[in-house]
Amino acid sequence: MAGGTQQLVAWFHRKGWRDIIVAVPYVWLVTFFLLPFFIVVAMSLARRADLSPPIAFLESWPYVRFSNFARLFEDSLYIRAYLTSIWNAAIATFFCLLIGYPMALGITRVSKTWRNVLLMLVILPFWTSFLLRVYAWMGLLGSNSWFNKGLTAIINALLPGDIVLKSLPMMNSNFAVVLVMVYSYLPFMILPLYANLEKLDFTLNEAAMDLGSRPWQVFKDVTLPLSLPGIIAGGLLVFIPASGELIIPTLVGDARDPMIGRVISDEFASARDWPMASTVAVALLFMLVVPTMVYSYFENRAQHAGEAGK
Amino acid sequence: MRRRPIFLISCLCFGFAFFYVPILSMIFFSFNKSRLATVWGGFSTQWYGKLFQNDQIMNAVMLSVKIALTSATLATILGTMAGIALARFRKFRGRTMFSGLVTAPLIMPEVITGISMLMLFLMMAQWIGWPSSRGFTTVTIAHITFSMTYVTTIVQSRLSSMDIAIEEAAMDLGARPWRVLTDVTLPVISPAIMAGWLLAFTISIDDVVITYFTTGPGGTTLPILIWSKVKLGVTPDVNALATIIITIVGVGVVATGILMQRADARRERDIQMAVAANA
Repeated sequence: MAGGTQQLVAWFHRKGWRDIIVAVPYVWLVTFFLLPFFIVVAMSLARRADLSPPIAFLESWPYVRFSNFARLFEDSLYIRAYLTSIWNAAIATFFCLLIGYPMALGITRVSKTWRNVLLMLVILPFWTSFLLRVYAWMGLLGSNSWFNKGLTAIINALLPGDIVLKSLPMMNSNFAVVLVMVYSYLPFMILPLYANLEKLDFTLNEAAMDLGSRPWQVFKDVTLPLSLPGIIAGGLLVFIPASGELIIPTLVGDARDPMIGRVISDEFASARDWPMASTVAVALLFMLVVPTMVYSYFENRAQHAGEAGK
Repeated sequence: MRRRPIFLISCLCFGFAFFYVPILSMIFFSFNKSRLATVWGGFSTQWYGKLFQNDQIMNAVMLSVKIALTSATLATILGTMAGIALARFRKFRGRTMFSGLVTAPLIMPEVITGISMLMLFLMMAQWIGWPSSRGFTTVTIAHITFSMTYVTTIVQSRLSSMDIAIEEAAMDLGARPWRVLTDVTLPVISPAIMAGWLLAFTISIDDVVITYFTTGPGGTTLPILIWSKVKLGVTPDVNALATIIITIVGVGVVATGILMQRADARRERDIQMAVAANA
């Protein structure tokens, strides 16, 4: 008995602990991530049926069919949803960059104490509930809110006298979706940008200024090119989750012009068309593969550059 | 000479106003007497009182905390193992696929993760009779799966920036690999493990989409309860609930931040003192 235990201990020291450390998370991810993923792929090749679960494969060779994918192109609902998603996500990413870049740069230019305070203020909304932050905007966008009334008053003052708006139709529109997306994902843009900008050598800026560059030129020629990795990282961290977003379009979006996340969820839950929901999901993943590969390419390059610099 | 960056500072002011005005407005209207959530009708704390009498909300809070504690702890264990495997074991069979599996959940849209999990659970129920119903267990499994990869990323990056010479020194002094792991590596990466646990906890307690798909009757977590309420519109009692949640999280984050900053300052001072003592 004691010999057996000792053997076990010896095996454990020689190799066993290593195998366990690799195998346990491996098996977990294969079972609960890879397997479900394959189920979705398989289901996208099946057809809807009145069974439980509501799917069926073809009874003879080749058992699978690709007509679900053909439907993606036949029904304009899907193409429009993809375009709306990409468009909304792209505009949100652009505005996150536009607002986030000067903020990140500003944080690097203040004293160390202020820096910590400001970073904390950026991270704070990131830790608080995503759902509640979207909800907070629902209170502002509605036509009775002080925010909507205030904006309406400003716009009425700017417009020529004969046109008077009662309120702005902001709720349930793509405008609201983009606005709330910018709001929710802004920390994802600021933090990688800050991490990148913080490492830049300020003496380069001083050198450029000594050589007679104006501040704008220094920014354009020195800071901006050097911060490109941060821009790409931040941009993808905003774009990828934004394009598959479900909560924001459901709460503040236009139901007649849905984003792809909503289409997947509706096909699945309301229409009970699992194969079609899976097909739309697989197509969305294909669409996200390209930006993801761009991201990992730049990530790897940044890592190698970091290692070479050591 | 460095000029005051007026443009950048005004951008910062605008940005932080953008961050905080919606939240402050929501907090303000949680003290609204009127039933109309966006029209001011006088000061009142009645909505707070009603929250604490609401058993449904209290049960949902309990369930959320239970799921978050369980899933964060298990996700931290699994995620740390994966992080050690990726950072320290140069070669093992299936390493490429493993690193892919660890990053993929981070990019996968939540809708797809949720639906694919649900399909798996439904298929498993048919094949092996488990899980017979969805609720605590299925939600916890789903949360572990996608939050463990965040832990892995944190632990892995901490391990790759750690000085490998300490481990080699321990080995040279005759420590077995297991001993090195428990006595050297784990203590060094413990801040990363703690940060990973916190992140996993927050992700779990905040999650709507994946929970929505993997939960069943009786498995209403707090975000799911709020989700079903906010779909119907803005109400003062949700404002009150949101205010409480945001206050708790805010105080927690600020306190943790201050503690960490103090610990950093102390460590820096200790290092300086050690250097001074040696000189």
